[in-house]
Amino acid sequence: MQRAISAVTRRLVILIPYGWLLFFFLIPFLIVLRISMSTSAVAMPPYTPVFDWSEGWARIRSALSELSFDNYVWLAGDPLYLNAYLSSLWIALVSTALTLLIAYPMAYGMAKAPTTLRPTLVMLVILPFWTSFLIRVYAWIGILKPEGLFNQFLLSMGVIREPLIILNTNWAIYIGIVYCYLPFMVLPLYSALEKMDHSLTEAALDLGCTPIQAFWRVTFPLSLPGVIAGCLLVFIPAVGEFVIPDLLGGSETLMIGRTLWNEFNGNRDWPVSSAVAVVLLLLLVVPIMLFQTAQARAERAEREGR
Amino acid sequence: MSVKAALLATLLAAASAGLAQAQERVVNIYNWSDYIDPAILEAFTKETGIKTVYDVYDSNEILENKMLTGGSGYDIVVPTADFMARQIAAGVYQPLDKAKLPNLSNMWDEIMKRAAQYDPGNKYAVPYMWGTDGIGYNVKKVNEILGEGKRPGLEVIFDPAVAAKFKDCGIYVFDSPRDVMGAALHYLGLSPESKSPDDLAKVEALLTATRPNIRKFHSSEYISALANGDICIAMGYSGDMLQARNRAAEANAGVEVDYSIPSQGAQVWIDSMVIPKDAPHVEEAHIFLNYMMRPDVAAKASEYVFYANANKASQAVMSKEVLEDPAVYPDAELFAKLYTVTAWDAKTQRLATRIWTKVITGQ
Repeated sequence: MQRAISAVTRRLVILIPYGWLLFFFLIPFLIVLRISMSTSAVAMPPYTPVFDWSEGWARIRSALSELSFDNYVWLAGDPLYLNAYLSSLWIALVSTALTLLIAYPMAYGMAKAPTTLRPTLVMLVILPFWTSFLIRVYAWIGILKPEGLFNQFLLSMGVIREPLIILNTNWAIYIGIVYCYLPFMVLPLYSALEKMDHSLTEAALDLGCTPIQAFWRVTFPLSLPGVIAGCLLVFIPAVGEFVIPDLLGGSETLMIGRTLWNEFNGNRDWPVSSAVAVVLLLLLVVPIMLFQTAQARAERAEREGR
Repeated sequence: MSVKAALLATLLAAASAGLAQAQERVVNIYNWSDYIDPAILEAFTKETGIKTVYDVYDSNEILENKMLTGGSGYDIVVPTADFMARQIAAGVYQPLDKAKLPNLSNMWDEIMKRAAQYDPGNKYAVPYMWGTDGIGYNVKKVNEILGEGKRPGLEVIFDPAVAAKFKDCGIYVFDSPRDVMGAALHYLGLSPESKSPDDLAKVEALLTATRPNIRKFHSSEYISALANGDICIAMGYSGDMLQARNRAAEANAGVEVDYSIPSQGAQVWIDSMVIPKDAPHVEEAHIFLNYMMRPDVAAKASEYVFYANANKASQAVMSKEVLEDPAVYPDAELFAKLYTVTAWDAKTQRLATRIWTKVITGQ
């Protein structure tokens, strides 16, 4: 009896995340997918066909037959969309790499800090979240602009003679993304590094590794799960980032968030804009799923190999 | 027993409060931020007993998405005319009951005529404020570059030779293809309403030639950039420019901003009050519209936001400071040169957005 109850609770507990995914991911996704297969119209809502469940099954069937993949064909026809995807992926990639470079030493230092100090350090990493994201991005405008704090500082130190043009360039976007997403990289890295058994590094040193070799052969491989988690947490939102490029970047930066906005609000074409969103999602989710299955298979092979 | 009685009394009180709430008359207004004098809303409630619930937005897109989705619960919304025309076509609004709006007789025929291009017969909308698309500028820098006392026109954007002089001190242009391309057509001597791909190609060439001189295309950042003295020239809405002028004056940091309606002529924007089709308080919405068209109320509204309103009768009671500001109420000669543009059809819109993206990003 007891066992039966615990089995039921276990099922229930599993149901909660699946229910969450169903309601907040799968159903919205299906709605977007369905709009992406419609045609835009001057109406309310601005697309056809509209499914009206009260009009009976025959009407629904004929509405279903009106759906088509035309919008996806349209996306393939104009290099604009491909270029926007590529440039978004590139910006996200560079930003993720820069974030990793900055976050790793930070997380490493935190993990090596005295135990009593660690909660304070974690707190300091989270602290910026207490201020609105938007205000922090606006603050960077004040720092980066030609007569802003950063240029004033460099000028007064005599490092440069002319103010650097950083604001409204891709560099400002990288800085903005690295700054905003840094905590998402530091925290998983820290949790991976903190759990690590220190004696492993000592063993590597005893067996003749230099400290640098010990880092690359022992510490880094063991922190890989944290690195992967951090990179995904930064890379995925960075691809679709809209606010940071809009405020800090130049007008010539083409990103997919901007393209989506143009389709949705400029052209008032909800269907094409939904198609852009669906392709973006597939672009992100499919590689991650492939990666996960590959990893799971490798793990299983390893286990069976033993 | 006493506990029971107390409970019952509480219950009754709660129920009667609920009843009172049901009878209470309200009007739910969704308007641009900082677009109405709060004192007007208070006076309205005092006079009519109708409460106002006032929410704000800061872009036509946000309003449009809410309206097209439906069920917003608002009784009055205030879209800009070209957006409104499309929304009327989509069936978002309900026609006005003009019998309930006797104050319509106070309206300014010139503005109503222009508004009718978006709302044929003025069936749906009561114009609230209007203004122009023009050039906001840093007075000191423009005096240095163009000469003392010169008011910049469209040439500072569209003539590459003139625009180049302002390149280093900074030009921002609002990210609104309809307005900028309409102005470019007008600057080229073509009809701002033209939908011909050939004409739009000429606009593309014009914009591409001057693109290197423009630092950024953005629809709101130019306000603070102008006020802080970060840029010299911005093309955008008169309302935003006047806001920049005020902010610069308040900051008192040596930056003086002014607004110029281009001598070549300028596009007029009109913000109108309309009633969504599914508005829950249609009766109250009409009372509110009629109240807003009273000359003294309209004058007060203009004095607060510093925009020209669409109410002719209000000009008799309005403060001279507003009425005689050439950036707000242009003189008759310039007024005659103001033009309106209507919304593009979907096909032209797509072509224009594509040209716009190409000009801005080079893609």
